[in-house]
Amino acid sequence: MTYDETTLAQLTEDAAAIIARYPVKRSALLPMLHLVQSVDGFVSPDGIQFCADRLELTAAEVSAVATFYTQYKRRPNGEYQVGVCTNTLCAVMGGDRIWDELSDHVGVGHDETTEDGKITLERLECNAACDYAPVMMVNWEFFDNQTPESAKQVVDDLRAGKDVAPTRGPATVCSFKQVSRVLAGFDDGRANEDQGAGEATLAGLEAAKGQGWEASK
Amino acid sequence: MTATADKPAAAAVETVTLTIDGTEVTVPKGTLIIRAAEQVGIEIPRFCDHPALKPAGACRQCLVDVASPGPDGNLRAFPKPQASCTMTVSPGMVVNTQHTSEEADRAQKGVMELLLINHPLDCPVCDKGGECPLQNQAMSHGRPESRFVDVKRVFEKPLALSSEILLDRERCVLCQRCTRFSKEIAGDAFIDLQNRGAQQQIGTFDEDVLDFDGYRPVGAAAVDESGKAFSSYYSGNTVQICPVGALTSAAYRFRSRPFDLVSSASISEHDSSGAAIRIDHRRGTILRRLADNDPVVNEDWITDKDRFAFAWQNLSDRLTRPLVRKDGELVETSWPEALAAAAAGIKAHTGDDASAAVLVGGRVTLEDAYAYQKLARVVLGTNDVDARARAASDEEQAFLGSQVAGTGLGVTFGELEKAPVVVLVGFEAEDEGGVVFLRLRKSLGRQRVVAIAPYLTRGAQKLDASLVPALPGREAAALADLPEDVREALSQPGAVVVLGERAAEAPGSFTAALDLASSTGARLAWIPRRAGERGAVEAGTLPGLLPGGRAATLKGAREAVAQAWGVESLPTAKGRDTAGIVAAAAEGAIGALVVGGVSASDLTGDVAAALEATGFVVSLEVRRSEIAEAADVVLPVAPPSEKSGTFVNWEGRLRSFATAIHTDAMSDHRVLDLLAREWGVELGTATVEAVNAELAALGAADAGERPAAPKVKAPARSPRAKKGTALLASWHQLVDEGALQDGEPYLAGTGRAAVARMSQATADALGDAASVTVSTEAGAIELPVVVTDMVDGAVWVPLKSPGSWVARDLRAGAGAVVTVKGAA
Amino acid sequence: MTELVPVLTATWGSEQSWSLDTYTKAGGYAPLKKALGMAPTDIIQSVKDSGLRGRGGAGFPTGMKWGFLPPDDGGPRYLVVNADESEPGTCKDIPTMLAAPHALVEGVAITSFAIGCNHAFIYIRGEVAHVHRRVQQAVREAYEAGHLGKDIHGSGFDLDVTVHAGAGAYICGEETALLDSLEGRRGQPRLKPPFPAVAGLYARPTVVNNVESVASVPSIIGNGVDWFTAMGTERSKGMGIFSLSGHVQRPGQYEAPLGITLRELLQLAGGIREGHELKFWTPGGSSTPMFTEDQLDTPLDYEAVGAAGSMLGTRALQIFDETTCVVRAVTRWTEFYKHESCGKCTPCREGTYWLTQILKRIEGGRGTQADIQQLLDTCDSIAGRSFCALGDGATSSIISSVKLFREEYEAHVEQGGCPFDHAASALFEYSDTPATEEAHA
Repeated sequence: MTYDETTLAQLTEDAAAIIARYPVKRSALLPMLHLVQSVDGFVSPDGIQFCADRLELTAAEVSAVATFYTQYKRRPNGEYQVGVCTNTLCAVMGGDRIWDELSDHVGVGHDETTEDGKITLERLECNAACDYAPVMMVNWEFFDNQTPESAKQVVDDLRAGKDVAPTRGPATVCSFKQVSRVLAGFDDGRANEDQGAGEATLAGLEAAKGQGWEASK
Repeated sequence: MTATADKPAAAAVETVTLTIDGTEVTVPKGTLIIRAAEQVGIEIPRFCDHPALKPAGACRQCLVDVASPGPDGNLRAFPKPQASCTMTVSPGMVVNTQHTSEEADRAQKGVMELLLINHPLDCPVCDKGGECPLQNQAMSHGRPESRFVDVKRVFEKPLALSSEILLDRERCVLCQRCTRFSKEIAGDAFIDLQNRGAQQQIGTFDEDVLDFDGYRPVGAAAVDESGKAFSSYYSGNTVQICPVGALTSAAYRFRSRPFDLVSSASISEHDSSGAAIRIDHRRGTILRRLADNDPVVNEDWITDKDRFAFAWQNLSDRLTRPLVRKDGELVETSWPEALAAAAAGIKAHTGDDASAAVLVGGRVTLEDAYAYQKLARVVLGTNDVDARARAASDEEQAFLGSQVAGTGLGVTFGELEKAPVVVLVGFEAEDEGGVVFLRLRKSLGRQRVVAIAPYLTRGAQKLDASLVPALPGREAAALADLPEDVREALSQPGAVVVLGERAAEAPGSFTAALDLASSTGARLAWIPRRAGERGAVEAGTLPGLLPGGRAATLKGAREAVAQAWGVESLPTAKGRDTAGIVAAAAEGAIGALVVGGVSASDLTGDVAAALEATGFVVSLEVRRSEIAEAADVVLPVAPPSEKSGTFVNWEGRLRSFATAIHTDAMSDHRVLDLLAREWGVELGTATVEAVNAELAALGAADAGERPAAPKVKAPARSPRAKKGTALLASWHQLVDEGALQDGEPYLAGTGRAAVARMSQATADALGDAASVTVSTEAGAIELPVVVTDMVDGAVWVPLKSPGSWVARDLRAGAGAVVTVKGAA
Repeated sequence: MTELVPVLTATWGSEQSWSLDTYTKAGGYAPLKKALGMAPTDIIQSVKDSGLRGRGGAGFPTGMKWGFLPPDDGGPRYLVVNADESEPGTCKDIPTMLAAPHALVEGVAITSFAIGCNHAFIYIRGEVAHVHRRVQQAVREAYEAGHLGKDIHGSGFDLDVTVHAGAGAYICGEETALLDSLEGRRGQPRLKPPFPAVAGLYARPTVVNNVESVASVPSIIGNGVDWFTAMGTERSKGMGIFSLSGHVQRPGQYEAPLGITLRELLQLAGGIREGHELKFWTPGGSSTPMFTEDQLDTPLDYEAVGAAGSMLGTRALQIFDETTCVVRAVTRWTEFYKHESCGKCTPCREGTYWLTQILKRIEGGRGTQADIQQLLDTCDSIAGRSFCALGDGATSSIISSVKLFREEYEAHVEQGGCPFDHAASALFEYSDTPATEEAHA
């Protein structure tokens, strides 16, 4: 393994914290793979070995799990995972076009990363934001109601190093490694950041308020 | 001994009656529908189902319509067809298979069609063609034409999982029988075939990488589920149970069609389990061997050695005609000439001042063994006869004569499986026990296994065994001083202590085992390595034993046997064992040697010198071996496939086999019978029947005719090893360079590379060198070091693996003090 | 006109709606305190009496599921919340967890108390970072406020909650696959029996419930069974969040009593987008057979939707207008199922592989009439034959679309291509349509 002492110590400490959340330590594997991604930017061979050692599994038991789930990247990922939903509804509502133009614009295809290491593009499956179609996710933050122009703008801004705000979620998009750490279960203190609930989310509530309907108690 | 209550009568098995395709069938509760159907001759097509594996329900081929009585008693049909391999029967259940249900038939045809859409049209070149469950079931349960006109998924093929096992991934129907067998039964991490998506998980082995903790195979191997090079002693079973041609063996690939083959039932000649095998041959050539189903012994499985190691029987050095040395050269002669020359030579070199001796080897059948010892005693007038071509001891002989010979069935496979605790002494289940290992694995989680050994091997770990550490040769002390909880466990009914043949290298261990048995009530099982060992014990082919367990040193026993044989008397001089014979011969003290299937390289004694110094040597051999090459007369004998006979397995069970391939090769016992006639002696060993009749007539010895039970004290605590030395530990790995594995390079590639194991402390004392030279006065062996959690002051090397032939190179055995030195 | 009933959604528009403060001010955690004073069996009975049915798609009576747990044997029992929302069209649990995570946490607490669970897990799909932040924080806040942890509100009841991230696998929404995934394995479904209630997580008795099901529990306990049963229909009680998406004016989350119709919902949502009309829609996500305008007045409850030939599922109402090519829609859904198939069983693994190829050919104008029949035949070999419901789900859109829009499939065949202008379906304008690469290899 090629982790330096400090990294390994931190990883070990974090892993212990994750393992402590479960009655059976193997359950820690999925969050630990997110943890590995938060350090290496992908699920590296070192990371696999680290998880295997900590959880007393074999390296390929770990690898078998890592290759089953699409969020685990086997090659160094871009700083920003940019996913365009091309499942039916979003695709029909314009997602296909957004994907084509964005892919063309950025110059890479599905699961490919730009030369500068900034952007990895992905065609996503349904990300549970259908009322905001067409949807784009950047490092798993919502970019609702996209158009080809808005999508390209987001990516251009990211590549230019600007702060980019999602349409729902925190104030800005963080890096792939940072968001992986959140998924590993570590608080980054940003839960209270908010871009607003979103119009679609409140559509029903607004309609009810408009009619003066309340749920009787 | 603990008093046990009378066993209650076998509990009545609860049964369930149901109807399948209109036929009523009653089966034990818990039976799967697919099994119940088989009972009434209804075959439901299937792939992932296998009676010896836990149900998976993955392939969906076995779908049937099921209706079950509801709480109101009325039949309620399940809304969709059910997998008959995962559903157990219930009272009043009504099952309609493809024979009586259109829905079930349609469902099965649908699944079959889906299985075939990505299946390559490899049949013309696929080994499985002609015996392929996919072909057969597609014919009986599928459509004649494919409607798939699109692109099949393809994979690079074939993938070498090991040097023996090849994988063609497109043929795979993902039934997972192979991964389930390897995981559930053998405990080996098998290559994982599934991956969501198209990621390739399988890589080829990098030979430069030394990260394998010592279990790397010799040849190429794919990375398995454990991330290490795939290495399993049971991998061949996956080829047999694979329902398609995805898994094939390199040795058999492309060589034959099943309809060309004649199948003969037989018994494996490779170990003492006596596994049932099926020999498939074509026009006199063996093409492959398979496991035969034998629920009592090996169930559905055999080891890779059983399966693949048969080429030795017909290599280019196979002997078919007798040879006599004339003018220094071995020359083919006729049988009469050779027999006469053999007898003449022996007579000329033996007399009052010099006698003959017989080295039998451990590979002979019961009948052969009987003939050798009878020849020795009746014709050659000597007790210098021994079938143990390995480390042996008088203590062992006393044990075998007093406790084992003539006792019939002792501990059985079934009893081993059910034993609550099994203690292993001088016995590595996976390397030395073959299918015994699989039987122990069957009870994983329900049985406690304790290994008295220098370290826990991977095989022992797969049994979840706990270790009672013992230095090699010092197992007796460990036996006498077992932890209290182990002793207590051994007091449970059914507890077993297994003694391997290496207990003979641990003075006092048989004695200690007998003490342990008598104080705890545990039963003892002796499990030797070679197929002929137990038979030799029964036949008295040991220097101190006569047939049936009689002591050759007891007058009464000798007289009884002499009478049965119709001779005046039997030799009285104490017989020498193998090592003794070789040593004596090397000093020129033996006049003539008769040698059976013995490999010189298996013995620590200087066999070359022994042959050189002995006046006359007669070799009975299948192959023109080293010993045959040095002999004066060579008499060819039949390999197992060309003879019939009996192996007695370690249980004491007679494992008879008939001739598979008929040639004019003769068994050892027949040749010896002919040889004896040169002395005018009717040896009575011309046929298998004749020998067995004599053995039956002789019967088992009474207690009074047997040797006394051994009473050997364990050696005092060994002194701390001097700097630069260690105690040698060694045993055979299952797949190694044993003579019976010659000529089979694919199998050889799956054998584990030789390494030297030692504890961290021992390694530190060597300066943490990457490899070590282990040496004695006779020679040296250099191997890479693998630090292992084991006793300090010991070094383990394999007994006969590439680069490590202990007997030949070190002329030492386990427990010997060897010099160890770190090499660069 | 069926009125909307903001229950779970009531606080979504409030300032910092996700905070403990906002939730408590709106009456949150009072039901928990009430529940802690009840006998666990009474809580289970209440939920049974309420008629609450699993809101994750299957609609299994929740109280009955809780009742399947065997008697306490002294060993642990678990509650696992299925927050793996991934069924195309379904988007109610994510906003719930973003806007009101405490409804879920309180529901977890009450449910755990009722079933005797001392360690609950919330399995959230990994592709929603802010949801993780919010739920993790809600759990932290709940611990701090004493709603979780040791001796909750002096009741003697201990409860730990672990928030767990999935990593991108739709199949993990299947309860036994979820359990395997939660145990740190590949998410492949397990044989049933044994059912999770008997042997689930770590082979222990386990209840797996959807987010919305669990989040509904506090209101049932707080407002009473009668309040809940007053809403909904005879066998589909209570309220549910209806997710409207697609070609409607105001897509979004509409909380209503079960039994509301699409016509009513469309009225509230401003109707189909200007100048267009409804062509087809899914009542419960892509795994449910599609409906047309013929079912505009079908009450959206389990029974009526079932009788009409589909499934209520997760009330994921994906609305498509006449500009939408059905073949395109179905092809893309089928590619989804093929991508997400775990591979364990033949019908789903091979079947989705085959279906995708046929559909792509048809969509691309290289299909034949025989292909259309082959689609149905292949679906017949999958539906009811696969190991789990993913296989069945994959066939729903194909079978129903061929039944309803066969002429559209035939048009692709006859015209050698798609007769629709994809740009017309999009929400923004664009011209010229480059070839779209295959969604997933």
